[in-house]
Amino acid sequence: MPTTTIAEVAVEVTDDGFFVDPDQWTEDMAPILAAEAEIPELTDRHWQVIRFMRDEYFAKGTGPTVRMLGKTSGVSVKELYQLFPMGPAKTAALLAGIPKPRGCI
Amino acid sequence: MTKRILILGGGTGGTLTANRLHKKYRGRIDITVVDENNDHVYQPGLLFVPFGLTQSEDLVRPRKRQLRRGVNFVESGVESVDIESRAVTLANGDVLGYDVLVIATGARLVPDETEGLTGPGWNEKVFTFYDLEGARSLEEALDDFDGGRLVVNVVDMPIKCPVAPLEFCFLADWYFHERGIRDQVELTYVTPLDGAFTKPRASELLGGMLDERGIHVITDFNTGEVDGAAGTIVGFDGREVEFDLAVVVPVHSGAEYVGRSPGLGDALDFVETDPHTLQSQAAPEVFVIGDAANLPASKAGSVSHFEGEVLVENIVRFLAGDELDSSFDGHANCFIETGFDKALLIDFNYEQEPVDGHYPTAVGLPLLKESRLNHLGKLMFQWFYWHSLLPGRDIPGIGAAMPTAGKHLD
Ligand SMILES: Cc1cc2nc3c(=O)[nH]c(=O)nc-3n(C[C@H](O)[C@H](O)[C@H](O)COP(=O)(O)OP(=O)(O)OC[C@H]3O[C@@H](n4cnc5c(N)ncnc54)[C@H](O)[C@@H]3O)c2cc1C
Repeated sequence: MPTTTIAEVAVEVTDDGFFVDPDQWTEDMAPILAAEAEIPELTDRHWQVIRFMRDEYFAKGTGPTVRMLGKTSGVSVKELYQLFPMGPAKTAALLAGIPKPRGCI
Repeated sequence: MTKRILILGGGTGGTLTANRLHKKYRGRIDITVVDENNDHVYQPGLLFVPFGLTQSEDLVRPRKRQLRRGVNFVESGVESVDIESRAVTLANGDVLGYDVLVIATGARLVPDETEGLTGPGWNEKVFTFYDLEGARSLEEALDDFDGGRLVVNVVDMPIKCPVAPLEFCFLADWYFHERGIRDQVELTYVTPLDGAFTKPRASELLGGMLDERGIHVITDFNTGEVDGAAGTIVGFDGREVEFDLAVVVPVHSGAEYVGRSPGLGDALDFVETDPHTLQSQAAPEVFVIGDAANLPASKAGSVSHFEGEVLVENIVRFLAGDELDSSFDGHANCFIETGFDKALLIDFNYEQEPVDGHYPTAVGLPLLKESRLNHLGKLMFQWFYWHSLLPGRDIPGIGAAMPTAGKHLD
């Protein structure tokens, strides 16, 4: 696993940039990760989704899918795509410092 | 007092569970199956209906007749489950208590969840083959289709039998060839996945096969709206795909009563289930089989079949107060019809993706490779379904645990 430095902390990530250990994540890393994902500014709505992703991950062991997010996060699927144009489930997981959502089979 | 096992849903999983339990207990236990209708549809056959390859009437049999004598059948919808008091309220008003509850109500199509999908053009220009009525109307529409853009679109995962939309593409390619108009039809497959399928090696092979047949593939596409009048599918990211005829697989949820029963299901009304014991996370006496579970396994009849063995063993253990067997491994196998009388076979589980080799039975069906033998296997499966799988007989050589013999593993 590669290691990268975010907010001056060495973090273990997968080849596609997802955190291996979500406990290594701190809030001040999110804006840096956002900039890399071409999201210039994190609004309250972004944060609502990021916090929700983390809560879900710690409760269930995997981040939710977009459809699940649309039903449970309080942000509609349409708005999720406005907030995270490159794909809400993946991008939000990336910014929230949790592993890539398992998705479906 | 005689113990009561209540099974909600008399489809693939519910029926085979009831029959296997009946064989085990021989009348020493009360088994009741509830289903909202008496029409058991052989769902894998739906794929063939639009191409006139099977008569839709031949796919339907009475549910009650698939249950062994001694199993009770109640025809009613389910209103809700009260986990605390161990009681199920039926749509007909009756309340049934249980010692063990089995949730086998499968997955439900929810076309209304996608903007415009059931609006103008639904069943005229926009179809699904995932239910009997849809498959029948699509047969007529294909018959009338003389050329243009045919788009096959999966809205979102999870869906039943994730290979079925690919099989539809392969069969459509064959069908238009047969009719001599293949060159006048533009075939496009639009998927939310980043490739043709969910598993890398199968995805690569299937992607190549779509390519060879001149079927375009659009990946990472999250359908936001289907506009039947304008003939466009619009992605949440703003991309648009134009069609003259669209075949859409709508999103799936669990049964509605799951959502009305506190503590039973997740946000999509699937029941949270232990992946290895099939016990629900809601209560120890509630078990789950088939598409109704939230497991990371394929929603396929073959999975329900393999689950049946472990599930029945665990119900017996639970009622005897013994520790549960946690051996279910997510085993799935699927024949993938590829057109021109050929098919592929894939075999996999939670951990092991499909690879090539041979299935270790007497006939040794080739894995992850097109062959006529697999096509015959796919056709034979219908017979096995009614005569072996539903009655709860073990199919020789095809056990619950995924075989590794004969496979080319890395
Ligand atoms: C087009 C298509 C092709 C497929 N091809 C294949 C294939 O090639 N191979 C394969 O293995 N699988 C295939 N499948 C999948 C397979 O059919 C299902 O995975 C399997 O039937 C699941 O069994 P189940 O018991 O979970 O659900 P089902 O068999 O769907 O049974 C659920 C039952 O619950 C009942 N029910 C639902 N809600 C209620 C309620 N509220 N009250 C009372 N009753 C209710 C329904 O009436 C139904 O009878 C295919 C499916 C489709 C749609």
